[in-house]
Amino acid sequence: MTDKAKRISANKRKGKSVGAALLNIPYMVWAMIFIIVPMFIVAFYAFTDADGAFTLENFKQLGEYRDNIADSFIYAFIATVITLLLAYPFAYFVTKCKESTQKIIMMLVMVPLWMNLLILTYSIMNIIEANGIINNFLQMLGLERLQMINTPGAVILGMIYNYFPYMVLPLVSVMSKIDNSLLEAASDLGSNAVSRFVRVILPLSVPGIVSGVTMVFVPSVSTFYISQKLGGSSVNMIGDIIESLINKVATRHVGAMLALVLMVIILVCIMLMNRFSDDDEGGMIV
Amino acid sequence: MKDTNKLIELKGISVSFDGEKILDELDLSIGNGEFVTLLGASGCGKTTTLRIIAGFLEPDEGEVYFDSQLINGVPPHKRKVNTIFQRYALFPHYNVFDNIAYGLKVRHLPKAEIKERVNEMLKLVNLEGFGHRRVSKLSGGQQQRVAIARALINHPQVLLLDEPLAALDLKLRKDMQKELKNIQKALGITFIFVTHDQEEALSMSDTVIVMDGGKIQQIGSPTDIYNEPVNAFVADFIGESNIIDGVMPCNYRAQFAGHTFDCLDSGFEPNEPVDIVIRPEDVDIVPPSNGMLTGVVTSVTFLGVHYEIIVDICGFKWMIQTTDFCGEGETVGLSIDPDAIHVMKKSEYSGRYGDYSSFSEEMDTISDAAEEEEDD
Repeated sequence: MTDKAKRISANKRKGKSVGAALLNIPYMVWAMIFIIVPMFIVAFYAFTDADGAFTLENFKQLGEYRDNIADSFIYAFIATVITLLLAYPFAYFVTKCKESTQKIIMMLVMVPLWMNLLILTYSIMNIIEANGIINNFLQMLGLERLQMINTPGAVILGMIYNYFPYMVLPLVSVMSKIDNSLLEAASDLGSNAVSRFVRVILPLSVPGIVSGVTMVFVPSVSTFYISQKLGGSSVNMIGDIIESLINKVATRHVGAMLALVLMVIILVCIMLMNRFSDDDEGGMIV
Repeated sequence: MKDTNKLIELKGISVSFDGEKILDELDLSIGNGEFVTLLGASGCGKTTTLRIIAGFLEPDEGEVYFDSQLINGVPPHKRKVNTIFQRYALFPHYNVFDNIAYGLKVRHLPKAEIKERVNEMLKLVNLEGFGHRRVSKLSGGQQQRVAIARALINHPQVLLLDEPLAALDLKLRKDMQKELKNIQKALGITFIFVTHDQEEALSMSDTVIVMDGGKIQQIGSPTDIYNEPVNAFVADFIGESNIIDGVMPCNYRAQFAGHTFDCLDSGFEPNEPVDIVIRPEDVDIVPPSNGMLTGVVTSVTFLGVHYEIIVDICGFKWMIQTTDFCGEGETVGLSIDPDAIHVMKKSEYSGRYGDYSSFSEEMDTISDAAEEEEDD
């Protein structure tokens, strides 16, 4: 490029960036009103008492909820790991299919996302409850009924079921971008199927794993309602506790404190996770 | 005893994709230590042939032998060949060192040996000190060198190169041609090189294999291919040629363009119809009174070393390269020496090539551009 051409394109870029900034304004306003402001409100409640005066009293109650927070993280962790183990081979299989088959499978994966979460949860209840489909089937076979609903397992199942698509989507998008010639090069250089997977496919799908794990883990930790319906009194997820605390005026400030703490812990988790992924590989969603 | 002249042998190889025949009963043998080039236009089957040797593709029919061993069904990672891919296929998650070390790491060699051999390779391809660079930060030529080093570190008996220079600019391409040729000579291993660039094929190879329509048209040394093309396709694909309809009244006589010429070819039936090839540089321009043929100049292009002129002789347009200036519309005489006349048997390609009546610079560029799209 000549100097003149460079100048012209630089000017063009400048012009573009002014326009781009103008176009950004509605999104900035939207983000302010619906993301930044609510966060400040949460923080405000967390650091004040019923009279609106600054206090750290709320945080002193954190210890009471330590076990619930730990449980939530453990359940979310288990659910995320299982989802990853299910979704990874599934995504790999999808990317090996013909393009038309791929589209159909991906649509089927997405279908649950088009339905209301409540209805999905009720349908799971229908399947696993004491008089549900599975137990009726077992009885038909002359087997004993199983206690499935109102157990931590049911909560984890609910999480996996609801968040599975969020794991599959980033994995498929990253895996389908892996150039087949890289796999050919690997086998040309002496790699068998296992070594190809370990040395090429797995490292190149790390960005997909990181976004998938993030997108499943974060909502799982703060899950509520699903856990009430499926777990009954056997589990007390931190999400449900926050909900009930915030619903009562007297405990609203403690609820806000828990929400804030949860957010900070999740943020730290995401930051740790992102260190696994190469910054310039793309494919990051969060 | 092992026949060293047959390292790789393909016998009766056929391949079809979606009902379209890509390779049609191909037979080919490649000797040890040779620089062999598979040359042909897009879709002629040259890359497919390479992929069969590498093991990425199993032929529908036919046998592949390596060192007299049948290797049909042997997966690529168990073959003693390595490939340089068209777009290099470097691993983006590894740096230069780890890319080159890949083949050795897969075989779990000791770290010290890996380090030594990688450094040796970096030296061979002039990339010393580049070990820690990310491959995405390298130029095209440097990526090419990494690809070469990554393949050669495994000491393959055969290196397969799939249009490795297609993505480089002209000057870099010329340098890499020399460098590849030097590496091949230094290591003494077999190179099988795929290209659509006839100049590249002629300048680098010991043996050129011209392919078209899934079949081998001709195998020979670069000079054989150029001087003694077997049919109109080869004559046209390699360099410029005037291909004229002719008859051999008897041995050492060729009749075409309304004149009987002395020639050096024999072995044809009396009055057998043939194709005559005359290279543009082999025709002398003489005064019309001394010419064996006379024609009218219809276009003149100055190309530096010589002029390229188109001469209309009895309605057939010839391309002639001459250092003497001729004006457009001028009548000139042509003189052709017996050794400039090459006679070929008629083939399915007769009459399809070698006439310059539609020739123009513009058409040439269009067809070149189409060839660049090759195998995408």
